[in-house]
Amino acid sequence: MIKLDKVTKVYPDGTEAVKEVSLEVGKGELCILLGPSGCGKTTTMKMINRLLPISGGQIYINGLDNTKMDDNELRRNMGYAIQQIGLFPNMTVGQNIETVPELKGWPKAERRRRAEELLELMGMDPNEFMDEYPNELSGGQCQRVGVARALGADPPILLMDEPFGAIDTITRVRLQDEFLKIQQEIKKTIIFVTHDIYEAIKMADKIALMKEGQLVQYDTPANLLYRPKNEFVENFVGTDRALKGLQLIRVKEVMTSSPPRVKSDEKVGAAREQMEREGIDWLVVVNDDGKFAGWVDKADLGRGDRVRSIMGHSVMTTTVNTVLNEALSLMLSYGLENLAIVTEDNRLQGVVNFGVIRKALTELTQRRQSE
Amino acid sequence: MRRYVVLISLLTLLIGLTVWITNLEWIKEGVYKPFTWGDILNCTRTHLEMVLIAELIAISIGVPLGILVTRPGLKKLATPVIGGANVGQSIPSLAVIAIMAPILGFGLQSAIVALFIYGLLPVVRNSYAGINNIDPAIVEAARGMGMTKGQIARKIELPLALPVIMTGIRISTVITVGTAELAVLVGGAGLGRITLTGVFSLQPLTILQGAAPTAALAIILGFILERIERRMTSRGLRVKAEMS
Repeated sequence: MIKLDKVTKVYPDGTEAVKEVSLEVGKGELCILLGPSGCGKTTTMKMINRLLPISGGQIYINGLDNTKMDDNELRRNMGYAIQQIGLFPNMTVGQNIETVPELKGWPKAERRRRAEELLELMGMDPNEFMDEYPNELSGGQCQRVGVARALGADPPILLMDEPFGAIDTITRVRLQDEFLKIQQEIKKTIIFVTHDIYEAIKMADKIALMKEGQLVQYDTPANLLYRPKNEFVENFVGTDRALKGLQLIRVKEVMTSSPPRVKSDEKVGAAREQMEREGIDWLVVVNDDGKFAGWVDKADLGRGDRVRSIMGHSVMTTTVNTVLNEALSLMLSYGLENLAIVTEDNRLQGVVNFGVIRKALTELTQRRQSE
Repeated sequence: MRRYVVLISLLTLLIGLTVWITNLEWIKEGVYKPFTWGDILNCTRTHLEMVLIAELIAISIGVPLGILVTRPGLKKLATPVIGGANVGQSIPSLAVIAIMAPILGFGLQSAIVALFIYGLLPVVRNSYAGINNIDPAIVEAARGMGMTKGQIARKIELPLALPVIMTGIRISTVITVGTAELAVLVGGAGLGRITLTGVFSLQPLTILQGAAPTAALAIILGFILERIERRMTSRGLRVKAEMS
């Protein structure tokens, strides 16, 4: 879909920002350009949509040399989202999203329908947000609109330059998760620039690690972690490779899917019996409708006669698509022994605890080393 | 709301002062020929005409000039143009007006040219700043989405710069109303005729009779232009201005 062949960028003052970078991105793949600042990753991306002229080599889009295409035509067929978001402050959310469809001459009704569809995809209510202006939105909402705008005319290719860069960690993690989910539906070919290795490992199909304008290693996240090509890659990955490996595993792959549970209106005696029977000292409490309610601990059993009156109301839960690294981080920050995994409507799906995570990590490391 | 109260009290005071002085009986019996209502209205009309003509020329030259020097090919001209306009502004208004008489002769045309030159700077400077201060990320996003240069200028840059440009026009107009007081020195007319007559004949009330309507005129024009400025500003830019 996208092929870079010995792409080189030399600035007029003689600095070589990009040196003979060659890589190929397949249809529907998410390729991340990763590296320290000044490594040439953004420059490389901007040569793809010709915001910067190329100095040497070729870039092929679907087999066609991109210098042979009309600049604006080329750009209208590639979504573009940037870190500073660059929403047009004088236009409403709807007008922003409709920008490229309008440039392409779509009829008004069709543009509006597309904008509604995209806002819904981003989890934003069209009735509420369509006519808002960017300065009336939060940072996270702006980022969402920025991505929606990039998807405006349903381009096959997306270029994203740190699209989740300028927001707090919690929102960023949520946007990453949402975006990965959306990508599973829309299957765009994506070039994504970031300096955040955690983000790269979590999101990428393939990572292109760059250093001083050169492509050092172009590989899957797992290979980058466990088969670094040289010392630079090893250092960039860092010594906490094991922790970063947790970014590769999702909760659904390792969770205990039918955890011992008790209904909230049961008597405490029943809970005690179940704990003894299963040889454990905790149970998940669910409501009648199967929704997650809280936890009951062996130490608290003597404090009442109904499960409801003694249970702990931990609201911290997560979903099956969370990566283990983030699950672990939640458990550590909230002091949880067990983390409940729930569906979007809060139904209990499973449980993750430290033991499960340790086991997954050991297996991953052993598997990588034996390969 | 408080702004309106101040504005209206100030206007009432200025106009009331003019009415009071013009209606004073003993002034009419003084040694010189006093100014009547007819004189004041006539002078105000000429004053307004001079300001509007000079301002229209300043806008039609200043706005395009300020915008042109932000364009990539002409960026080198920005420093001399803005610098030149700055120097122009630093020459005392009296000197600018006075120098026009030997060049263009005595008459309304000299006054208008001088006022235009003097009013040009805020228009040029704000047009330049309005475009130049747009966040480059916004323009880059527009480029990356496939907008042509013309589309970027029309849909993004102009709407974003418009509030700043309008402020420049407003400042320039208000200044010009004041400067136009001196037009009478080179054979122009306007309210300066009344004010300066008062000055030369040492009649404080006559000075006020010319100065008060001039101030009222500046306030009214400033207010009208501010309303237009607000109306032309996209809501997306307005909310931000109110919050900050």
